[in-house]
Amino acid sequence: MTLTRQEIEKVALLARLILTPEEVEEMTGQLGRVLEYMALLNEVKTEGVEPLAHAVEFANVFRDDQVEKSLDREVALANAPHRDEECYLVPAVLGDV
Amino acid sequence: MTSLNRFPFASSAAELLVALRKGDITSEDLVTAALAQIQTYDRHVGAFLSIRGEKALDEAREIDRRRTQGDKLGPLAGLPVAVKDNLCTQGEPTTCASRMLANFIPPYDATVVARLKAADAIIIGKTNLDEFAMGGSTETSAFQKTRNPWDLERIPGGSSGGAAACVAARMVPLSVGSDTGGSIRQPAALCGVTGLKPTYGRVSRFGLVAFASSLDQIGPLAQTVEDCALLLEVLAGHDSRDATSINRPVPPYRELLLQQPEKVRIGYVPEMLSDGISPDVVRTMEEAIDVFRSLGAAIQEVSLPHARYAVATYYIIACSEASSNLARYDGVHYGYRTDEKAMLAELAEERRRLQQEGNLAALEDLDTALVRLYRKTRAEGFGAEVKRRIMLGTYALSAGYYDAYYLKALKVRRLIRQDYDRAFETVDMILGPVTPGPAFRIGEKINDPLAMYLFDLFTVSANLAGIPALAFPAGLSAEGLPIGLQLQGPPLSEERLLQVGHMFQRVTDWHRRRPPLIENNGPLS
Repeated sequence: MTLTRQEIEKVALLARLILTPEEVEEMTGQLGRVLEYMALLNEVKTEGVEPLAHAVEFANVFRDDQVEKSLDREVALANAPHRDEECYLVPAVLGDV
Repeated sequence: MTSLNRFPFASSAAELLVALRKGDITSEDLVTAALAQIQTYDRHVGAFLSIRGEKALDEAREIDRRRTQGDKLGPLAGLPVAVKDNLCTQGEPTTCASRMLANFIPPYDATVVARLKAADAIIIGKTNLDEFAMGGSTETSAFQKTRNPWDLERIPGGSSGGAAACVAARMVPLSVGSDTGGSIRQPAALCGVTGLKPTYGRVSRFGLVAFASSLDQIGPLAQTVEDCALLLEVLAGHDSRDATSINRPVPPYRELLLQQPEKVRIGYVPEMLSDGISPDVVRTMEEAIDVFRSLGAAIQEVSLPHARYAVATYYIIACSEASSNLARYDGVHYGYRTDEKAMLAELAEERRRLQQEGNLAALEDLDTALVRLYRKTRAEGFGAEVKRRIMLGTYALSAGYYDAYYLKALKVRRLIRQDYDRAFETVDMILGPVTPGPAFRIGEKINDPLAMYLFDLFTVSANLAGIPALAFPAGLSAEGLPIGLQLQGPPLSEERLLQVGHMFQRVTDWHRRRPPLIENNGPLS
């Protein structure tokens, strides 16, 4: 399994990362070798096998539909890197120039 | 007090509780001893990221006061406990050993932290780990390396490297870690301490910073099986805030240790002792089999035919879940955020350049300000191993590869689980190695991710299958480094694993061995 630099760049965008040219170089090799190893799974016959997403296969777990106390706004915002009195602040999304 | 003077925590937590109740020692003595041992050794070992010093002493004095007053106290009253730094502690830093959370102050306690407090344990500090628990050597911590107390040139294992090293260096009697693919058992084995990964769902994950949610489980580390039983009793139990938490009563694990289990059938997998495994580990296994046989256990061979696919399966699933879980680090809600002004200026400059060049395609693809905020924040906040795993997981979940990697891995995961189900029809538990060899040298594998991942071959299966596994010291290598073994059992078989592990520790003394550094109590250069 060989990965191209373009593939690495594409995945980095999907993962919301930016890689330096050195990181792209390094990852292309390292991830390629890991994926090559993962190809080992191709030798396992899995026709008709149900995927297992969770070791304990719970059905839905419900609680009563009652309002419970949640974090106060001030507490919830306390760790925000950029905020005003009541909101998280982000760069302009509309009319982006 | 005599033993405390030379080696704090030469005694087990169970013994200390008795001494506390009898009034032979105070909680203040214990916390003072813990802080002194940390003061002496932690600049060499590097187990702790933060230490609660005065706060812990105040809490200890308060417990002592309540004790003299005759108040009813919790089951761990006055005992110092270390907590891995991926467990939220209200109002006190929880960094996950990442720049991303360097300044994060959780607004609530993890359920296990709340349970420790309710049990009147004293939290001494937060222990180092691989960044976001991703790694097997604690070398990926953004803040410091933790060194193996048995040999300071070697890794303590990981990701709960600090959690295991602080018990090995006798800084605390009890420690709480988390295990996603061996992160409690592997450092326990490499540092010569005992550690348990409980059944998935036995301990609430609420407030554990998520790595791979279907695999993560919190558990105890200590010198002895008995102490792990004591601590598990406090940690375990249903929690409505974790929908995957199992709603079953918690057995009195420690009391049950007194019961001799009736005829135990222990299986082992002969193929696991073949190529690539250190002769020290093979010898340790053979000797342990003899010990269990002499204790009356029936030993028989079992087969786990899909075990050789566990590492590949594990890394696909763990990285996929990690890429999704870590999407929350966006520089908006909490944690690190890139310098916004610099980022906007850089983006404007790029746009100007592309416009000048008339490169319309690149201009079209240029990040919006918000996307660039995410990308720069994450590029600067995460370390190399976390990025690698996010990349792997994103790739495995991306269009065109999902079936070949993620879905395939989930199917093999079921086959791995079925192997165990079948094996547990004929044996009560399976004895096996924890690692293919003793602790390796710092720097030896850090630039070879695949070699690092392959070191996990014996531990990841228990997480994939959701079953409990108990790691305990069982020997020393030719060079004098600890070798651990593990007992894996069916879901919710903790009490049996603990009983059998306790039987082993009653007739062996590997768990009582201390690193030469501590034993010699020598001054360090």
